[in-house]
Formats: sequence, structure tokens, C-alpha cells
Amino acid sequence: MLILGDEFISLSYGNGGKKTSRLIEELILPSLGNDQLNNLGDGAVLKISGDIAFSTDSFVIYPCFFPGGDIGKLSVCGTVNDLLMCGSVPKYLSLSFIIEEGFKLSELETIINSISATAAKAGVKIVTGDTKVVDKGHGHGIYINTSGIGERLPGISLGRERISVGDKVIVTGSVGNHGISILCARENLLEGDIESDCAPLNEPVEAILKYGNDVKILRDPTRGGVATTLNEFTEGMNFSIELVDEHIPVDSNVQTAADLLGLDPLYSANEGKILAVVSANVADKILEDLKKIDVSKSAAIIGEVVDYMPSKVILKTKFGGKRILDKLSYDILPRIC
Amino acid sequence: MKKDDEQLKKKLDYINCYENTINIMEVCGTHTVAISKFGFREVLNKNINLITGPGCPVCVTPAAYIDYIYKLSLNTDIIIATYGDMIRVPGSKPSISLENAKAKGAEIKIVYSSMDALKLAMENKNKKVVFLGIGFETTTPATAIAIKEALKLKVENFYVFSMHKIMEPAMRALLEDESLKIDAFLCPGHVATVLGKKGFEFLQEYNCLGVIAGFSEEDIIGGLYEIIDSFMKKDFDTKNAYKRVVEDDGNLLSREIINEVFTVKDDYWRGLGKIPSSGLTLKEQYNRFDIEQLYPLDIKDEDTYNGCQCGEVLKGKMKPNECKLFGTVCSPENPIGPCMVSGEGGCAAYYRYHL
Amino acid sequence: MCLGIPLKLVELNGAEAVGELNGIKRKIRIDLVKDVKIGDYVMVHAGFAIEIMKEEQAKEAIEILKELEGVI
Repeated sequence: MLILGDEFISLSYGNGGKKTSRLIEELILPSLGNDQLNNLGDGAVLKISGDIAFSTDSFVIYPCFFPGGDIGKLSVCGTVNDLLMCGSVPKYLSLSFIIEEGFKLSELETIINSISATAAKAGVKIVTGDTKVVDKGHGHGIYINTSGIGERLPGISLGRERISVGDKVIVTGSVGNHGISILCARENLLEGDIESDCAPLNEPVEAILKYGNDVKILRDPTRGGVATTLNEFTEGMNFSIELVDEHIPVDSNVQTAADLLGLDPLYSANEGKILAVVSANVADKILEDLKKIDVSKSAAIIGEVVDYMPSKVILKTKFGGKRILDKLSYDILPRIC
Repeated sequence: MKKDDEQLKKKLDYINCYENTINIMEVCGTHTVAISKFGFREVLNKNINLITGPGCPVCVTPAAYIDYIYKLSLNTDIIIATYGDMIRVPGSKPSISLENAKAKGAEIKIVYSSMDALKLAMENKNKKVVFLGIGFETTTPATAIAIKEALKLKVENFYVFSMHKIMEPAMRALLEDESLKIDAFLCPGHVATVLGKKGFEFLQEYNCLGVIAGFSEEDIIGGLYEIIDSFMKKDFDTKNAYKRVVEDDGNLLSREIINEVFTVKDDYWRGLGKIPSSGLTLKEQYNRFDIEQLYPLDIKDEDTYNGCQCGEVLKGKMKPNECKLFGTVCSPENPIGPCMVSGEGGCAAYYRYHL
Repeated sequence: MCLGIPLKLVELNGAEAVGELNGIKRKIRIDLVKDVKIGDYVMVHAGFAIEIMKEEQAKEAIEILKELEGVI
């Protein structure tokens, strides 16, 4: 990929001048263009009906290319999934790049194509954006921010105040894949196919939300993993969540990598999974529906809402032992001992 | 429950048949975490006391060593290469930690193997790379091999700060402490791969039972089962319940490599004080790799901070939640002593896992 | 200080080897174990094989690990 004979991004690509225009015309619009974006206005003017959900996320992942995806795919999935967890249908995204001087144009092209493909899969349009370039040494290659708007689904009310004792906790697949895959890629520690699970979750969310008021809350367990996210549900509330260790799906290669690195999949990020708390009477049916969808075929009921030890998350081990699953309070340090 | 699980449930039931009070100490950080993680204290009867001893090498590192490393790391020509466990350990003040040094601009790299540290030295010839050698007998050979390799490859900028310790003197010190009453040790499975069953037979001098155990639920139940069974049969010979990895004679090659590169010295254990012949330092022919030759370490006898009772916890004299600071001032977010900061510290394990 | 995991040796290269488990491969050092061959199982700690495991027992260890993973 060359623009004006350049192989690399230089500072002038961010100054709003000729090179910025060429970047937009030759790289961004061909891949991401649509009616709104093509206008290249200061902002996008959009038609939305009813209530909206609005979310933002910034992506600073390193390395920016990893097994199972790249920062582009992640930047779409991250915001799309957050909108989905709010009970909305994602519609529009903004897209901002902060690119380090010296970044390869060919890699930028790959990332933009990823964004385009993922946006199409998630049913969203990129309607406005921005590009800045920073001096070499002031950014880890590329940072991306996406903000998004979704249309709230009528009659859906999600929040932890709706959770009640007896509800079941579902996870839509194996845990810890993303975090562990990134650490392996970053540190070049292991060979093996640990792929990030990064994926847009439109289909499984649609399947779950068919059950309306029986769905209490949805969350994608990103930073801090399943353990931290469940603690966000219980903190300060008068219920707790009890998980059954044996029911939590973990891929064997992820567990092995975690063991080798001294990490815990329960605290490792996921980018293509949902944690759902639902009424007990629909849990099995929801599970059945989820298993028919590719991205949630390993879904499982992993626990339930109980009332002893309120505001905690408790893990029941194989022999009836119990332990507290606290939330992540600091960067998980790889242990050797 | 599967058939194997039924067997293990039977073993647990058998263990719970034992009616006398029995104090079982483990001296391995991985055992500390495993016992808490698997929730064994909740399924065992109250007369069976599982006590955490000084088995977490990070926890027993004196504050003065942390202060020393912190100062070293702030030198612009030094890169510290360390296992992850050391990053958040506080020194004589909570603000003295490698994590804080990093935020101040120190170059600190987490490595998963001593050989990664050597590689770092080879890739950064203009800096001194100092590998923090920490751990007991399981990990010491790894440091020794990195040093030998550095010698072979003529890597001039590779250094080691040896904080390696040996287990036996500390276990003897605990057994000789009359205020403690340890009936049995659950012996560390991987230290035992080096020392062998023979390496723990000294416990018989104290009429103390030692059972070597691995780290899975099955291994730990198996180890506890052997302990209780031995007490029922009054057979106090040292036993090996981790036969798939531990041989009677241990690993001679590992012991030879340790002896080739290291020599024994008196050493300080946080909370236990000075224990003679319990630490390892580089032998003279390897001391060009010893960073203390360039930057001498000055350690005074006592290091304490207000209220921290890691020492008592490490000796098993106190349960973590009996320390006044536990859960109030001292927590994983704001650790005062190493027992809380190290993921394997007795206090951290207790805080994270216990109901 | 004992986090260890059983790996099967799939490549040997002097003092180095590649160990494998469940599709995950890691470069390790084998200075501390004598007379190993491809197919042997070793206990790995901090990047070093610290002991050779007897095959049936290694396989048992791997089964135990599988069960601990909670994979149904």
C-alpha cells in the first residue's frame, strides 16, 4: 500500500492537509464509505427513533495484530457489544485513530479492512471519524476510539437491581481466551492456537432478549474477566452469586497456557462472550437456543443467585469446598510460584 | 460424582474421622494457594489445622532487600529482570516497590525464566541486566544454569541478586520453637523433586511426620490422607505421596548444579529473623555475576513496620485474620506486608478465598 | 514456589527442547534431566524440566488437569 509513494505514516498525515485527504480518499472511504461518512462533514446527522443507548471505548491493545483478530476488529466488537449489553440494536459508530509516526500504511489498510468487515457483520455503519498522528515514541503504533449509538429495544429493562435470588447465571462460551491469547502473543511465550474470542454478539443477544423480562442483566466480561464482572453485579447488593467450578467452560489449551504462565482464566479478558442473569424457569430454554448459534455453542449455566454472604461471588469446588472469588484489584502478575 | 471423585470423597471422609487435634504445616506458596483455592479448610473438621508456614519465598524476603532492589532499579544503566511475584512487594515503606519504581521510569522487565533474563542481557549490551534470583531449591538450579551459560557465552552485562534460600534450616527453626506445635509437614512437591524423600527424613529427628505432596486437589487430599493414616497407625516415617514426579533420591543433577554455583550463608527471613546457613550466595569463582560486588548490600538485624504481623503469620502462630491490620489497613489493594501482596502469601490467599 | 506443569517433549535441541500439552508448545531447557527422548513427559517449572515423569503417571496428571479445567 502506497499513498503518494509513502510506505509509512508521517506527521503530515495528521495535519488536515493534502496527505490527510489522500488518506481518507484512498484508504478510508473505499473500505468504510457510506452516505453519511462520504459527506466528510464535521459530524454525522442521523435519524433515530425512540430511546438510544450510547457507548464509548478506547483500544490500546498491543500487539495490534493477534491470533483471532486485530485492533480494528476489536474496536468495532468492543463498542457494538457494549451497546448490545444495554439492550439496544447497534446502529452507528464514530471512529478515531491516533497513529504513531512510522506506522506502516499496509498495516493500517489491514486494520481498516478489518473494521469494515466487522462493522458489516455487526450491522453498523461508521458515520464519522478523525485521524491524528503523533510523534514517534508517543503511542504504541496505533490507538483507536469508537463511540456508538444503538436503538433501545422496547420493553427491555436490564440492570443489576432486577436480579433476584434463584436466578441463574449463563456464560455463552469458554472463558479467558482473549486475555491469555494476547499475553502469549505479546510476550512470544508459547506456540499454540490460542485465539482471541473477539466477535460481535448480535445473534446470541437477540436470542436471549426474546425472553423479555426474564432477562435481568447482560454484560460482556472484558477487563478483569468473569470474576470481576460478576463482582460488579453483586457489590453492595443483598444477594450473592454462587458458581460451580466444574460447570465453567475453559478450553484445555487456554488452561494449559494459563497454568504455564501462572494466570487464572477467570480473571482473563473475554471479547466475544456474554454473562447473562436470567430467571430460573427460562435458563434451560435460553441455553438450548444459544447452543444453536456458532459463537455461543459452548454456552453453559455456571451458577445461581443466592442470599448467603451477600455482595460476594463464591465458587463451589469439586468436593464441596467454597471460596470467595474476589474482583481483580490489580494487574494479574504472572506467577512462577 | 465420577468414580475417581468417589474415591477422593472417601479419603476426605476418612481424614475427617480423625478426632485428635493435629497441626499440619505446609511450607510452599503453591500449597498455600491450592488449599485456599480448593476450599479444603471448609470441608475438613476443625480439629485438623492446616497452617501456612514460611513457604512463599517472596513473603520471607526482608524489606531491606526490597529497598536495595528498588534503589538499584532507579539506576539508569540497570534493567531489573524478575519473576512477576516481586513487582508489588513493599519494602520498608509501602511506597517502595518495583511497581512504583517502574512508574518513576525504572526499567523493570517481567521474565518467566532465568534464561529470558540472560537473553535480555545479550540484547541490551549497554545496560547491566540484574536477574532477581528468588526461590527455594526448585528454582535455584534455573539461576545457576543461567549463570553458567552467561560464563560460557561471555555475557559481561548479566548479573544476579541472589535471594535464594533453603528450606531445611527454616523447618528446623520452626520445630525448635517451643511455642509452636507442628505435628506434621505437608512437604513441597517440587522442592522434593530436587531433595528427594531423603531430603525430608531429617524431620524424623523431631518425631515430626513429613509427607511430600503435589498440587492438584487429588494430590493434596492424597497427602493429607497419608498424614492422617500415618497418625492412626503411629507410623512417623517420612512419606512420598507424589511418586509420579518425586524419587527417593531426588534429582542429583539439580543438587550438583546448585552446589557448583552457590554456597551457603546465614540469611535473614522476614518475620523469622536470621537463620544460620539458610541462604545461598554465589561462589567466589562466579562472583563476577554477583551484583552485590558492584553495589554492596547493607542489612541490619531488624526490619519491622508498624503493626505488621507477617512474621507471626509466617511462623503459623497467628491466622491472617487475627492480625489487627488484616482487611482494614492491609488488603491486596493496599498491602502492608509481603504476606498480603504476594499472591501466595498466607494473608492474600486467606483474603481472596476465605468465607 | 512450585508452579509446575507436565509437558511432552516433541523436539530436542541440545540443552533446549520443545514441550507440548493440549496444542500449546513452549521452549524449555532440559539441563536438569538426563537421557530424555522425544515422547518423554517432564515436569516443567520456570522454563526448566525439573524431573522426568513416568508415562502412565504423566497421563494421569494430564487427566487430572483436564478435570480441573471444568470442561464438560
